[in-house]
Amino acid sequence: MTGPGTEVQPVEIDDPHSGEDVLVDRPWLVIVWNDPINLMSYVTYVFQKLFGYSRAKATKLMLDVHHKGRAVVSSGQRERAELDVFRLHEHGLWATMEQSS
Amino acid sequence: MIGRRRFARDRHGRIRPGLEAPERELLRMLPEQARELVAHDDHSAQRLFPVAYPDDEAAQTDYREMMGTQLLEHHQQALDILLATVDAATIDTDELHGWLGAVEVLRLLLGTQLDVSEDMTEVDPADPRADQFTVYQYLSMLQNEIVDTLAAALPRDGT
Repeated sequence: MTGPGTEVQPVEIDDPHSGEDVLVDRPWLVIVWNDPINLMSYVTYVFQKLFGYSRAKATKLMLDVHHKGRAVVSSGQRERAELDVFRLHEHGLWATMEQSS
Repeated sequence: MIGRRRFARDRHGRIRPGLEAPERELLRMLPEQARELVAHDDHSAQRLFPVAYPDDEAAQTDYREMMGTQLLEHHQQALDILLATVDAATIDTDELHGWLGAVEVLRLLLGTQLDVSEDMTEVDPADPRADQFTVYQYLSMLQNEIVDTLAAALPRDGT
């Protein structure tokens, strides 16, 4: 786990001429994909347990995964997102991460 | 038996797995086989190690190098907990989480071997995969029952 003081701070660049060096706070999205193996009850439980989501929110996310094929289940700085992906992988869910555009 | 709960809690909050002898036998045998498949990086074990960065090969290599061993150990630990406690009269909540993780590993391996699809509800008894599919369905039922017991202990929420 990441301890205090090691968090990556967003880089803020004010120079309007610096072009593509501007990397201001584009969050990373943690995505869970539909798969034919995981049970709906299990996926809902994992969302509740890992993220502390209410049963209603966890169920909605699970149904999004089921019907739309994918759902963003959390977002944030890269380290945090990677930890979430890892915890989802520990629980057998098919999770990926990508930076929001 | 109809209506029998396999993972009822006793008055001390411990869980008393209500498994028949053939179930225990299966749950001793399967984790042993799974350990072999996982340790030898069998094709069916790939699903246990999903890709975190599908569009960034370098980042994915780093992720695998950094987290792969930890992920492997997590899966093996769950299988070990099931093996160590499958005959116990009672188990605690942490151990039931181990069972949940172990059953998840077993379902991912079997589901991959069977190449299951979402709408697959039965297999012709003459199909060579029929026995394996019966085991897969048993594990699905077992996982649902474990989830029921664990979800009942989650903090209640207002909505």
